[in-house]
Amino acid sequence: MSHNATLVIELTILVLAVFLGFEVISKVPTLLHTPLMSGTNAIHGIVIVGAMLVAGMDEADGLTRVVGFVAVVLASANVVGGFVVTDRMLEMFKKREPRERNPD
Amino acid sequence: MNETLTELLYLVSIVSFILALRFLSSPARARLGNQIGAAGMLLAIVVTFAQTEVVGYGLIAVGMVLGGLLGVVGARRVKMTAMPQMVALFNGVGGGAAALVSLAEFHNRASGEGRLPTDVGIAIGLSALIGAISFSGSLVAFAKLQELIQGRPITYAGQQLVNALVLVGAVGCGVAIVAGAESEWLLVALIAGALAFGTLFVLPIGGADMPVVISLLNAFTGLAAAATGFELENNVLIVSGALVGASGTLLTLLMGKAMNRTIGNVLFGAFGKVVAGSAATAVSDDGRTVRATTADDVAIMLTYARRVVVVPGYGLAVAQAQHDVRQLADLLEARGVDVRYAIHPVAGRMPGHMNVLLAEANVPYTQLQEMEEINPEFARTDVALVIGANDVTNPAARDTPTSPIFGMPILDVDRAAAVVVLKRGMSTGFAGIDNALYLDAKTQMLFGDAKDSVLQLAAAVKAL
Repeated sequence: MSHNATLVIELTILVLAVFLGFEVISKVPTLLHTPLMSGTNAIHGIVIVGAMLVAGMDEADGLTRVVGFVAVVLASANVVGGFVVTDRMLEMFKKREPRERNPD
Repeated sequence: MNETLTELLYLVSIVSFILALRFLSSPARARLGNQIGAAGMLLAIVVTFAQTEVVGYGLIAVGMVLGGLLGVVGARRVKMTAMPQMVALFNGVGGGAAALVSLAEFHNRASGEGRLPTDVGIAIGLSALIGAISFSGSLVAFAKLQELIQGRPITYAGQQLVNALVLVGAVGCGVAIVAGAESEWLLVALIAGALAFGTLFVLPIGGADMPVVISLLNAFTGLAAAATGFELENNVLIVSGALVGASGTLLTLLMGKAMNRTIGNVLFGAFGKVVAGSAATAVSDDGRTVRATTADDVAIMLTYARRVVVVPGYGLAVAQAQHDVRQLADLLEARGVDVRYAIHPVAGRMPGHMNVLLAEANVPYTQLQEMEEINPEFARTDVALVIGANDVTNPAARDTPTSPIFGMPILDVDRAAAVVVLKRGMSTGFAGIDNALYLDAKTQMLFGDAKDSVLQLAAAVKAL
């Protein structure tokens, strides 16, 4: 596929994803806005894929590898930390526990 | 692995991220959604490892273990009150990673033959610029919230001009790259300029406005990731980055609306200059005075009420009183009182922060009610118990067109039959203005530290 054709498809995907993002996010209740923020935080950790691609490419020279390595470290911290902390928060959102039911 | 299969598996990752966000629309499914998102991320990483052009496995694996450990330790240890700075930190490292990916990609491409295609040049420039701004900006936000540096706005003469010049310089480097210049120092200069701009841009913003900044920088990192996707022709990066960009933008706008301020005012207004509250007024112009009360009196009111609405503010979180409030609520519920919590959208240090803090104290989320939901209920409420919240309960925002906060959505606490305000003293809230609620005839003030007061109330209710 020509470079320009690929670019147009990528732009189309970008625009559709932005609209989808607004649509999906507007349905999240304010109750969950903090987990939403940390959850989307984890998702942009997907930049780890880019970091792996540059750190691991076979034609990479020393400098590319070093920069790529640091990028992998940062992105991994982003991904792992983001998902773990979001899970910790969401775990706490519970309905009423049985033991504290009203006596009446 | 062949390219079609790779792309299809990336598509599965994309779907998992969308599901993760969709499932966040209900608290019951949200955790599952997050796990689906994490699984999708794992899949994307495995698929990337399997790509033929990736060879430096050892290096990548070491980097992942190192970064992963840092992430887990940080995420496990952070206190829920410190969540905003943790989010800022993770956001910053993501932005930094995007900028570094661009640097490596540019270095690699510049050494090859042929001119850089214009769109790739733009993507590299944008990803490096936005990613680096997000990195340094987030670190400053972290430092402010963690109180490593003063939270007060740091301002000096000609600040806006200096900021603008730094940004123009960085963008200029980007333009040169797009125009075909291949010196790597240009991109290094761009990143250095962006790092400086991110720092200078966040320094003049007050600590209380950091949530808006973090949310905006969250959107930035998303966009940087999307731009990285254009460099590497990778759809999963483009879609995920766009989703995060949309989410961050929407949250930023929502927060601005909840504070009745434009985003421009938050970012450039240095509204946060009003830090120290103005002098206390316990007497209004027409001679009305505030009415102080005792824990015992309030305990009687609460116990004989049919419905009590607790209005928690950041003061409650600062005093670490959320667990004690829940114990008080349990005592009241055991006596048949209907207890609910009214949560203003900007209660806490980031949107939804108060909900997390109360959830941590085991308050069932079904009792946590949003502003629109609870406001009509105040008229049927016997006692509104305001703990550490101020500006978000000020009726002046609704009734006094001359008030600086006029138009800000508030909790209609003053429509309850009686109001009890737990407060340290008569100081003003963040906006630095008097709260007319305190002079209302049906309002009583219980002065003291929020935690002490709540403990006294619980003891008094028990004794009844």
